[in-house]
Amino acid sequence: MGEIRERVGEADRLRPIARRLREHVIRMITAAGSGHPGGSLSATEIVTALFFHTLRRRPGDPTWADRDRFVISKGHGVPIVYAALAELGEIPVAELASLRKLGSRLQGHPDRVLLPWVEAATGSLGQGLSIALGMALASRLDGGRWRVFCLLGDGETQAGQVWEAAMAAGKYRPENLVVIVDYNKVQLDGAVAEIMDPEPLAAKWRSFNWNVREVTDGNDVAQVLDALDETGRGGGPWIVIAHTVKGKGVSFMEGTSAWHGKAPTAAEAERALAEIARHG
Amino acid sequence: MAEATRVAFGRALARIGDDPRIVVLDADLASSTNTKAFADRHPERFFQLGIAEGNMVGVAAGLALAGKVPFVASFACFLVGRFEQIRVSVAYNRANVKLVGTHAGVGIGEDGYSQMGLEDVALMRSLPNMVVVQPADGRETEAAVEWAARHDGPVYLRLTRQKVCDVCVPDQRFEFGRAVVLREGRDLTIAASGGVVAHALGAAAGLAGEGVEASVVNVHTLKPIDAETLARLGARTGGILTVEDHGIVGGLGSAVVEALAETGIPVRRHAVLDFGESGTGEALYAKHGLDAAGIAAVARGFVDDLRGATRARAL
Repeated sequence: MGEIRERVGEADRLRPIARRLREHVIRMITAAGSGHPGGSLSATEIVTALFFHTLRRRPGDPTWADRDRFVISKGHGVPIVYAALAELGEIPVAELASLRKLGSRLQGHPDRVLLPWVEAATGSLGQGLSIALGMALASRLDGGRWRVFCLLGDGETQAGQVWEAAMAAGKYRPENLVVIVDYNKVQLDGAVAEIMDPEPLAAKWRSFNWNVREVTDGNDVAQVLDALDETGRGGGPWIVIAHTVKGKGVSFMEGTSAWHGKAPTAAEAERALAEIARHG
Repeated sequence: MAEATRVAFGRALARIGDDPRIVVLDADLASSTNTKAFADRHPERFFQLGIAEGNMVGVAAGLALAGKVPFVASFACFLVGRFEQIRVSVAYNRANVKLVGTHAGVGIGEDGYSQMGLEDVALMRSLPNMVVVQPADGRETEAAVEWAARHDGPVYLRLTRQKVCDVCVPDQRFEFGRAVVLREGRDLTIAASGGVVAHALGAAAGLAGEGVEASVVNVHTLKPIDAETLARLGARTGGILTVEDHGIVGGLGSAVVEALAETGIPVRRHAVLDFGESGTGEALYAKHGLDAAGIAAVARGFVDDLRGATRARAL
């Protein structure tokens, strides 16, 4: 009972944070005039739970040796990470307006050299899980004090390299590796199921020797917390398949590929922000 | 002594492998790339990733970003064939990964084109943050491996399948970025890299008997290229002939032309002009003019042309 009450309290604490992250995402992509709102909004609860609950981190110190690592393999979703870093106070909120602009640390896709808070440059889809696996193996060699989390897009699981990495992780079985799939069902050209259906996704990962945890509503932060906490009790490598909604929180962006990679106009942003404020 | 540079690599790797930061990754070619000696000594730091080089490159990047010093070995063509992974996961990340491509060029012989690294230098030279090193013999390879382990940043090391004759003096230091003059002659400079350096020396010896004195310079570092030494030699001898077991586009020849474009020094490139094919390494070197006789023939023609041009200018 105590644990459930605690969980409810934690979810209540995180919900307003998730709302603010959504607002940052809309504002920064609108200011940039380009970007990918849909995949940032779908991953909002996942990133919120990770950065504000799960990840072992030391504020102000992006290079602390024993920090947990987070690799956003779906690099186009990086605005939600910038939003989290701003909300944590690691980068100034005002800097978010520099997204995608010349000279900015906030590149269109993450650049770890410019911004040490991101662990790896990604954006060429399919590569992040291999990097995360390498980090997890390094951690294990050094005593396994820190874990590695990797956020995959659903469309990204169409890439062969993901399965090369899945097979390798199935062989080496790093306990400290946790993958989360942002299963928002929509990719740039349309529905994931039509373009190249990854189903049966859970069965595929199980057959590659992974521990699979499905989250029926990956936009319910309480459910995400449950799953992430479970991955901390051993049994890795873990994959959390989080069923989410593309563009979650903004009605006209939800469930459509039209908002995969398009910035809202000022008027659209205003409507979006009003909706986020109302539902958040 | 003659030894394949991949063999020297394996020996050096096993020797420096006591450093706990060093990890080695292979893709089902450990007995060919010679990472096996390391694997036997340090099984906990050896990762056999199967026939999946793209993942191997990414895993190496992750290990490097967490402080390890990964050596990633495969045939040059298979390793560099994962260019997109090398481009983003390694180079853009400034990941401290040592990429080791063995089985360079047509010199591998019988296996044929699909196993020959003939475009790898072109691709690796094109990436910011990547340096490219191709040692000429076993001794230089061992020194280059030790240097690569110390160097902070991505490295591409290109090695031979076939045995190559010693060309370096026993106590020669490996100086990254500095081409090594092996022979001095006034009529021409032959700039060679990798397994063909020994053949270039053979060509120079043959030419000397005909009254043509060629300098031979071992360009073990292909990027950054030693423009200063090449310009000095080129100016002194009147021209540079580049020789390499690599495609004609993007390798040593291209690097030298790019470096000397504004100097007016004549450069002639001698390299592989087409896909490779099966045959003995010797037969292929003869066909492509990469043995001593072939290099000498090209050098002779170049010297004749240079002398003709000098005469024409005098008239």
